[in-house]
Amino acid sequence: MQEYTLSAHNFEECMKCTVCTAYCPVVPVNPHYPGPKQAGPDGERLRLKDPYFFDEALKYCLNCKRCEVVCPSGVNVADIIQSARIKYSKSKPKLRDRILASTDFMGSLARPFAPIVNGMTGLGVTKSVLDATMAIDKHRTFPKYAGKGFEGWFKRSAAAKQTSFEKKVAYFHGCYVNYNYPQLGKDFVTVMNAIGYGVELLDKEKCCAVAMISNGMYDGARKHAAHNEKVLGKAAGKGLKILTTSSTCTFTMRDEYHELLDIDNSSYRDNLLLATKFIYELVESGKVKLVFKKDYKARMAYHTPCHMEKLGWGIFSIGLLKMIPGAEFTLLPSNCCGIAGTYGFKKENYEASQAIGKPLFDEIAKVHPDFVACDCETCKWQIEMSTGAPVKNPISILAEALDLEATAAANK
Amino acid sequence: MKFDTIIIGGGLAGLSAGLRLREKGQEVAIISSGENALHFSSGSFGVLNEGAAVPEGHPYTKLNLSKYLGEVIPFFGKHGVELHGDPMKNGWRLTPTGSLKEARFFMEETDILDKDEKIGEKALIVNFLGFMDFNTSFIADGLEKMGTAVRLEALRLSSMDRLRENPSEMRSVNIARVMDSSWSEIVAEIKKLLKDEDVIILPQVFGLKDTAVIKSIRDSFDVKVMFVGTMPPSVPGIRTQMQLKKAFESAGGTILMGDSVVSAKIDGGKVVSLKTKNLGDHDLFADTFILATGGYFSKGIAATPEKVFEPLFGLDVLFSEGRSSWYDPDFYSPQAFMDFGVATDGSFKALKDGEPICNLYAIGSVLGGSGALKLGCGAGVAILSALAVADSI
Repeated sequence: MQEYTLSAHNFEECMKCTVCTAYCPVVPVNPHYPGPKQAGPDGERLRLKDPYFFDEALKYCLNCKRCEVVCPSGVNVADIIQSARIKYSKSKPKLRDRILASTDFMGSLARPFAPIVNGMTGLGVTKSVLDATMAIDKHRTFPKYAGKGFEGWFKRSAAAKQTSFEKKVAYFHGCYVNYNYPQLGKDFVTVMNAIGYGVELLDKEKCCAVAMISNGMYDGARKHAAHNEKVLGKAAGKGLKILTTSSTCTFTMRDEYHELLDIDNSSYRDNLLLATKFIYELVESGKVKLVFKKDYKARMAYHTPCHMEKLGWGIFSIGLLKMIPGAEFTLLPSNCCGIAGTYGFKKENYEASQAIGKPLFDEIAKVHPDFVACDCETCKWQIEMSTGAPVKNPISILAEALDLEATAAANK
Repeated sequence: MKFDTIIIGGGLAGLSAGLRLREKGQEVAIISSGENALHFSSGSFGVLNEGAAVPEGHPYTKLNLSKYLGEVIPFFGKHGVELHGDPMKNGWRLTPTGSLKEARFFMEETDILDKDEKIGEKALIVNFLGFMDFNTSFIADGLEKMGTAVRLEALRLSSMDRLRENPSEMRSVNIARVMDSSWSEIVAEIKKLLKDEDVIILPQVFGLKDTAVIKSIRDSFDVKVMFVGTMPPSVPGIRTQMQLKKAFESAGGTILMGDSVVSAKIDGGKVVSLKTKNLGDHDLFADTFILATGGYFSKGIAATPEKVFEPLFGLDVLFSEGRSSWYDPDFYSPQAFMDFGVATDGSFKALKDGEPICNLYAIGSVLGGSGALKLGCGAGVAILSALAVADSI
């Protein structure tokens, strides 16, 4: 039907049904946010007439995309809102925003001093200082920096072995794996090797720039996107699938680059996918066999991150986890956790962030699983801080649950 | 990915079919491109207007009507949605224009009245200050015509002050969220206002999570409390939708939310697989497919100036030749185009080029010949065709 629609992000298809408003996680907790319908298609009409009507309160949009998932008319409401911010916003990102958004730059600065930085950011006094001087909320637990990064580990301890595999995939690890939690990257390599695939890193990936987009650093975001388009396109050009372990990085590079940043990403878009989707499809088609440990048992509850919901790929992570014979699986009702990347770290958003996540936290408390399974690192920080339940990426769960030797033997 | 049955469309019809098939132990996926018409629900389900005859070829002629009518209340009850009403006889509800309108099944907050029943001698209609989606003077006009005296009040509650900061979001659902925890404040305020009225009328903005609040408010008064529909979104409709979705997912059903089918592979008179916008090259396979994509609004059927068509499978659509025959210039007359929809055989199998596709069924508003508006049977066709088709799979 969209062939007759010429408006950007389908905004003319809006028929004012207000369904988006009913599902927006921000509206119930922040009265200063005009709501997706007003901020999106309704406001767009006015802004097209005169940019005067741009409202800086659009910054309260989490860009969670839940409005787009529920819209019965196919309007990309959040894209309209984010595009309006890019086009009209006059507010410059603060130093705090720049620091929070520069995940790879900050990571490369902090990592050499990881024990000191981690010790510092864990201190109440540091948190209070950051709260007072930078408006980074003192309640937050900072993600720890890893002393040794994933890339370094890979080059030292894994790269050589990868050449022995005939079949290969490329891996976009993202900032989180490299600077904060290399174990997930290691688990990924372990699982891929067990199913008979060697792993290649990209030719110097950059941060996917999701945090730059949400913090108004659009020039930086475009630079990152243009760089990534080149290196991802190069890998795709070699016929490689590019796998990821973060739903948000995937979503950003797959959809936001062309929708918001005008970067043509057709060179690699179809080759970029979450590792869980890739593995699920191999198992389903019978090309790969997974052999699980006989004694593995866990009660797990899956949380669908907002960007996973938008991608529509939750079924693959869920499908994989349900294959584990010892897994007692619960699907948590779809609800934003409230962190939305850097949003929840900001002092002015802390209260709203926790209020948004409360229904999810309550549900997790009710299910009381051994751990929460989730494909997003910022959801992990939020859920771990707010519920105490550990959060594991499905790939790490696979690495624990698989009988690696038997799996490797079955996929020789 | 492979399922026993894939349902295209997550509205009332799709969810009903999905729940019924899960009861039978089937692996079921629902593909839903956005939320559905339950969000505009009146708080009741119509089955057939009083005195209306079921025309030839109507979906009701293809199923055991009295059997399935008797199953509606137990079926929804089992999945957490309490409906009330006499399955064989219409009741009437008070509408936002103050008139009475018939339906068969009613959600918990909707009172069932007799035809032309006068709701009381004196009514107190209470609104929230700043809530524009509930037009109290419309209701008052209608009630006064029926001989009920009316007093209008708008309350300013402290629990609503935060919401009032943003007039564009002063909406039914947001009020309901606040009222789920702060309902006792409005009860206390109404008690102060109430004089000699024998009925209190409130907007349907209570009980988004569950219906306990509705009961608590009713129990707080000696006089009758009635809840009347608001402009969308509909709180009873959303509660019903969320409950059905939750019941389906907790029974192990899969919902692909916000995704839409882009192409279908048909081979040898059978649907083999579907491709969707989100899943790209990943095919979805099933033994059986159910088309529950709705009418024009949800693009289950679409029109060009020349023809009316079904966009996904190119199914046969019942419509009259010549655009001028589609509509009546008198806006309020029954409009022919509203009856157009997919042609099916006697067991709801969809027809393509005159032949049934053996594993594709059509249910709900996508069906042709149902005359939902004229006959008042939209929800009835959705629920009953869903149950009948699910039972035949």
